[in-house]
Amino acid sequence: MSTSLLIVQILNGLQLGVLLFLIAAGLTLVFGVMDFINLAHGVQYMLGAYLAVMFYALTGNFLIALVLALAAALVFGLLLEFTVFRHLYDRDHLEQVIATFGIILFLNQGVKVVWGAAPLNLPIPEIFSGTVVLMQGILYPVWRLVIIGSGLAVGLILYILVSHTRVGMLVRAGATNARIVSALGVDIRRLFMIVFGFGTMLAAFAGVMIAPILSVEPGMGDSVLILAFVVIVIGGIGSMRGAFIAALLIGLVDTLGRSFAIDILRLVMPPSPARTVGPAIASMLIYVLMALVLYFRPAGLFPARGR
Amino acid sequence: MSKLVMTVAAAALVGLAGQAQAQEKLKVGIVTTLSGPPAVLGQQLRNGFQLAVKNMGGKLGGRDVELIVQDDELKPDVAVSKARALVDRDKVDFVVGPIFSNILIAIMKPVTDTGTILISPNAGTSNFAGKDCNANFFVTSYQNDQNHEVMGKYAQDAGMKKVFIMAPNYQAGKDSLAGFKRYFKGEVADEVYVPLGQLDYSAELSRIAASNSDAVFVFLPGGMGVNFVKQFRQAGLADKVKFLSAFTVDESTLPAQQDAALGFFGGANWAPNLDNPQNKKFVADYEKEYNAVPATYAFQAYDAALLIDSALKATKGNTSDKNALRAALKKADFASLRGNFKFNTNNYPIQDFYQVKVVKRADGKFQTEIDKKVFADYTDPHVKECPLK
Amino acid sequence: MTTLVHTPARTGLSAIRVEAVPVLIFLVLALVPIAAAFGPETYWLGLFTRVMVFAIAALALDFICGYGGLVSFGHAAFVGIGAYAVGILGAHGVTDLLISLPVALGVSALFAFLTGTVCLRTKSVYFIMITLAFGQMIYFVAGSLAPYGGDDGLTVRARSTLLGLPLFANDRVFYYIVLGSLLGSYMLCRAFVVSRFGRVFRGARENATRIATIGYDVFRYQRIAYVIAGAIGGLSGFLLANATEFVSPAYMSWQRSGELIIMVLFGGIGTLHGAIVGAAAYLLLEDTLAGVTEHWKLIFGPMLVLIVLFARGGLLGLGESLRRKLFPGRSDP
Repeated sequence: MSTSLLIVQILNGLQLGVLLFLIAAGLTLVFGVMDFINLAHGVQYMLGAYLAVMFYALTGNFLIALVLALAAALVFGLLLEFTVFRHLYDRDHLEQVIATFGIILFLNQGVKVVWGAAPLNLPIPEIFSGTVVLMQGILYPVWRLVIIGSGLAVGLILYILVSHTRVGMLVRAGATNARIVSALGVDIRRLFMIVFGFGTMLAAFAGVMIAPILSVEPGMGDSVLILAFVVIVIGGIGSMRGAFIAALLIGLVDTLGRSFAIDILRLVMPPSPARTVGPAIASMLIYVLMALVLYFRPAGLFPARGR
Repeated sequence: MSKLVMTVAAAALVGLAGQAQAQEKLKVGIVTTLSGPPAVLGQQLRNGFQLAVKNMGGKLGGRDVELIVQDDELKPDVAVSKARALVDRDKVDFVVGPIFSNILIAIMKPVTDTGTILISPNAGTSNFAGKDCNANFFVTSYQNDQNHEVMGKYAQDAGMKKVFIMAPNYQAGKDSLAGFKRYFKGEVADEVYVPLGQLDYSAELSRIAASNSDAVFVFLPGGMGVNFVKQFRQAGLADKVKFLSAFTVDESTLPAQQDAALGFFGGANWAPNLDNPQNKKFVADYEKEYNAVPATYAFQAYDAALLIDSALKATKGNTSDKNALRAALKKADFASLRGNFKFNTNNYPIQDFYQVKVVKRADGKFQTEIDKKVFADYTDPHVKECPLK
Repeated sequence: MTTLVHTPARTGLSAIRVEAVPVLIFLVLALVPIAAAFGPETYWLGLFTRVMVFAIAALALDFICGYGGLVSFGHAAFVGIGAYAVGILGAHGVTDLLISLPVALGVSALFAFLTGTVCLRTKSVYFIMITLAFGQMIYFVAGSLAPYGGDDGLTVRARSTLLGLPLFANDRVFYYIVLGSLLGSYMLCRAFVVSRFGRVFRGARENATRIATIGYDVFRYQRIAYVIAGAIGGLSGFLLANATEFVSPAYMSWQRSGELIIMVLFGGIGTLHGAIVGAAAYLLLEDTLAGVTEHWKLIFGPMLVLIVLFARGGLLGLGESLRRKLFPGRSDP
């Protein structure tokens, strides 16, 4: 393993981290503010990707497809909020889990009925389709840089929104004690609806941005959902800063583990068993990390205050 | 209860007084994966079989057919339960399926122990080709290792010096890379196993770029292959490194890979453009019926239906004399869509294998086309361990 | 943060009384083989054996989750460990249940003890996620056991025997053995729930601090319950391997753990027999709906939502409120 490869892999790890943050941001926002476990976050991410594919096929323009997909996802999210989710806010977590799981089953099958089971494609917009030379012999796709940029931008916007605006202040207050905020004359129901709608759009945005590098297929949100939960739990539920740092941490651990687990094991055992044990350990690493973090910090790295 | 009954062609018989003895319907159970992302493969299997039955006027071997389709959900215990339902409750004469090896291993015992014939139109594990071979089990696809061996042989014959090989970290993945290395004797730059279902391949792509290999060989089925192919192209590696694969670029994944997969190679026992009349008709019919280009899963299921048809014609529709039925099946007396086809003593095929290449058709759709025949009348090595005669 | 579960867990006295619903459930299960003799017998026996095997696992989950508030998202791991005990020992020619059953129970209990020691430090959602983490770890371990089929799983060549006697070979006998195991697990959990141990365990869910102040070591109590639930999960896996004659890492995937939680909630959490109803309803519904249409999840998904929205307390709760509506005069017996 050469130093330059190590540097590239660290960059790759950070990039995966930003990608994970993009997916987890909406989840931790909704969870943190509304104390609502939304397992349907993953299918909303999937829906965003599917909508973008559909609108791209209609318009042939990525940007328009993005905007339309976000709008459609928002409408659909609010519809779900109105019919199902708002009746779950004061229920216990377990009931939220089951109800939103029901939505997962429905939507995963639903996209199959509407768009078919075959995987679909969303191309990269022409201007971002090239590569840049990172170091000698190693090229880096421009679209990846766009994803990183948008992930950082989302983080920054959320930070400003939550800590420097009136809505953000209400959100923080609502997260700490919804009843008092409501007694002060704030329409908590509307506030929750806004937050949920925003969370939905974040999920859909992540779906659209990542779709060009992935297969758009039914169930694409399921594995991502588990990763996103790992991220927000390690970070401390409701903490945006925690989610960001945890996402980078997981990205690094996963990427470096995958790249170097076998090399490291080869130092202590023969190559053939190392090749068998290495990938198994690499798959487990993020879960080991989560167990370790929770063992030493049972409420995650940055426990949100007020709970 | 749990059946998806499709009575194909029922009325045809009514007018024919001459056939008044009214043979019972032939029941065929299909076990396939219709849930989750791999549903696209399972649908191809089901569609292929259905198309064959339809093209033969709703009959196999002169008997009307009742198809019962079961979704195994890619869960082995569910598959066992569904397979038992087919055998015990529905009393099917044949079970056709599944897509995945782990499901095949799970349903083998419950199906074949009762004397029911199991025909696999896709999964063909090495154990059932070798020491665990079974007189009631027939394979219309291949032995799992073979498509990978095709690519190994190709890389060796093309004089490649250094190849980077990668597969998911599970049994089929290990068999895949072992199969490739059986024929490729050059330098293996690295042998990488990734977790099943991996999304982002940046780390592996950087390693491939750093390794200065002539080619990569990957076995990344389904969504993994879509992700990898797109990212491989985006990282600018497609122009420098040759792309060899098995089950990674085919008609089930090409709708999502599109231009990203153009010119990439795979190993296969068939391609949509294989030149024989029965195959031309099959591809045209399939595209008309299902509005998609068929992949190997569909053609192998179609062949499974042809196989049943041929055997029943030989036994005059009789399925109760199992010895006669097995002997008739073993003859494989039908015009396979792939041309040359016969069974070895272990009931796995002896057939030709090709290197195939991804092309864009005039109508804008993508498919694999035959580039070169790599093996002729190829058999698997496990047959030596099989006690069947 | 709200408590994870608030369900009408019965108080000690009413729980010890013989209740009509559980008796009815076990009566029906005992009569299934007689009814099955009139139809495709092997199929019916197999289906209901499967229902009961999952009911055992769901029951154990309800024990810790409905009474102790410990929502485990890794419960399938215990089922998998129990199954692999049968598979691995079988691969080495050991089929006697006098060996494989204690190993199945022992290893799953040990795994519960070790992971419980870590997991029980956390609360609520963090507990859900850390149990998921351990479930995933054991899942990957099973998938990497190349000598035992790795990800493909492995065929169990013969069902377990007792001193060389092929006790499980007959489907009907095996059915009643599974029924007996279910009844035994049910009685065991019930006995624990109503005991002094159970009062402390249940109390810790409501207010752990108070229980601790009284002088009970909450952690120790929870860990004992977790180990019991783990061992019962192992029993379920032991039976599952025998029922399907196959073991696979898929038995311990997180989706499976999720299904177990759904079964518990579907039937009615915090009742124990609700878990049996839930397992039966889930598996029979899956089997029926899948027969109606390939897109059965389009029906099943909204059903889950409706159950949560309108039938608090699951199917049992629904039945109870129906009974109240139909016989308004009768108060709770």
